[in-house]
Amino acid sequence: MGADFVTGKLADVVNWARKFSLFSYPFVTACCGMEYMSVAAPKYDIARFGAEFPRFSPRQADLMIIVGTITERQGPALRRIYDQMCEPKWVIAFGVCASTGGFYQNYSTMPGADQVVPVDVYIPGCPPRPEQVLDALVLLQERIQRGEGHSQVVLKAEALAKKKGGEYDVPAMSIKPRTDHLAALPSATKPTGGEG
Amino acid sequence: MSQNVLERLKAQFTGGELLDTGSQHGDEWARIRRDAWVTVATFLRDDPATKMEMFTDLTVVDRFATEPRFDVVLHLYSVSLKQRVRLYAGVPEEDPTLETLVPVWAGANWFEREAYDLYGVRFKGHPDLRRILMYPEFVGHPLRKDYPKEKRQPLVRRQPGSVD
Repeated sequence: MGADFVTGKLADVVNWARKFSLFSYPFVTACCGMEYMSVAAPKYDIARFGAEFPRFSPRQADLMIIVGTITERQGPALRRIYDQMCEPKWVIAFGVCASTGGFYQNYSTMPGADQVVPVDVYIPGCPPRPEQVLDALVLLQERIQRGEGHSQVVLKAEALAKKKGGEYDVPAMSIKPRTDHLAALPSATKPTGGEG
Repeated sequence: MSQNVLERLKAQFTGGELLDTGSQHGDEWARIRRDAWVTVATFLRDDPATKMEMFTDLTVVDRFATEPRFDVVLHLYSVSLKQRVRLYAGVPEEDPTLETLVPVWAGANWFEREAYDLYGVRFKGHPDLRRILMYPEFVGHPLRKDYPKEKRQPLVRRQPGSVD
């Protein structure tokens, strides 16, 4: 008894391939970088999940890992690097500073990298344990399998079609940002992305 | 502890340039009249009995609601004679200026930029007095006691409904 043929959606197969070939761009700014090195080194070995290769060019990466404190001054650089990444792309906020600003509540520190770029998975901890990072990567892989992520091209095409009064026929393999979790939130807590 | 440096200063400056001096736990300090700041610093560097070759640190204290409001603090160290001294200069809020020390120690350059950036003390004669830590668009001086410590001045933010 063997399977003579396999059926399935092409998008599922493509997303399966995507989730096991993540090329990460480490945006390392602070002490969490030590823990990032530990994750990438043989002991915890992020390569087991197909994400072993840090590319130090955003053009060659599809996963940005924001490791460490982001200052207001770095905001434009972070946004430009995100914009330079090829699509589809994903973002992980590594550590509590990248997620929320952490214990820095002052004039210079950005309260979370999501003020500037969309973030898929937040890893708490100061710094996080390497196991947490691996857990976040697996979480991200599940999202990629579901087709969640960021693609400015798709969003722009949708906005353009909406402006013209039509609807953009999203290709099946496109990655789209997750929006269903927003509907579950009470409206008062919905993130606006425009905090000053 | 000996008061080598203070004795040299007291012998040299008798025209009221030294407003106050002290020595605590072997650390000597002197409060300098504002207009004698560079003169005293140059003397400390060149005098064979003090030989302050090394500019260690320059910073500012905001003594909010007292007069003068700011204290510029200068730390000096003599590598050859193994002695150190701390100098203060009071700077009032309405005229927060002081002569630059860059011609005396080139290393003062970035320290004075930092003091200007975070406290708004301007150093007259500084070759390049720009902000060094904060960005040029930043308004105000964040380490002043009357700056709200959580007042952020974002350069870029995601806007509601933006495409990203």
